[in-house]
Amino acid sequence: MHGFANPARFLRIARWLMPLCMGIGVVAATLALYWGLFRAPPERLQGETVRIVFLHVPAAWLGMAGWMGIAAASFTELVWRHPLAGIAARGCAVPGAVFTAVCLITGSLWGRPAWGTWWVWDGRLTSMLVLLFLYFGWMALSQASEASAGGHTRAPAIFGLVGAVNIPIIHYSVIWWNSQHQPPSITMGKSAMDGAFLWPLLAATLGFTLIFAGVVLARMRAILADQQAEARLRRKAMSEAAF
Amino acid sequence: MREAMDAWTFVIASYAIGVGATLAMIAWSLISMKRAEARRDKARGQR
Repeated sequence: MHGFANPARFLRIARWLMPLCMGIGVVAATLALYWGLFRAPPERLQGETVRIVFLHVPAAWLGMAGWMGIAAASFTELVWRHPLAGIAARGCAVPGAVFTAVCLITGSLWGRPAWGTWWVWDGRLTSMLVLLFLYFGWMALSQASEASAGGHTRAPAIFGLVGAVNIPIIHYSVIWWNSQHQPPSITMGKSAMDGAFLWPLLAATLGFTLIFAGVVLARMRAILADQQAEARLRRKAMSEAAF
Repeated sequence: MREAMDAWTFVIASYAIGVGATLAMIAWSLISMKRAEARRDKARGQR
């Protein structure tokens, strides 16, 4: 892992990996959404609204995966002081927050025809909303600590680790508490879903995951380039001040 | 009394928001990356 600690080596890999992830991701997600929208049959009880699953589930997974990425990067930063870990955490924040918001909005749009309500304050929905607020808080803290401490990211790293407590709460909320939300349809090695829905769902999840990875790499490249430009301009200003 | 709702309205709204947000995020990440790398290259040139 420390082999990737070198920003130059990271950039060499990211330059070809980022467009590859985005390209394959966009193609896979487009095909999967087309399949889900026009080829998959309507569900017996939910009718046409079941098609929302092909967006809602990948968005929910990536909302949680984004925070798991922040937590893993925070741990790496605190323990090994990996120079790219803080940048990776910042790279995960915006796509994670966007997918969390998409999950909440599509869930609400699904809830209205399925449950007869846009929103209920049950465990799953509330913990997902908490995740969105955690993202907002993390982004504000990260920006504030960068501005005040010259890129020192210890406080956001601790916040990233503490906030990870919410991930198992989201996952188990439908098991621990009575919920309007259905229990998980897909568990390790098992699926309660018919293949007509499962395959496009897996394809959409793969496609959106690759898009997520591509966006994280693009964000990391942007943050790294910003830091390098700042450092150069600062050095230039100091050398000019010395003369 | 059961409310009459067109399921497709909810499906299309979900897809419009989900796909729109994803495309906007891709465009923003690529544009901000290009701008940052151009800024770094310009700073490299100013010696």
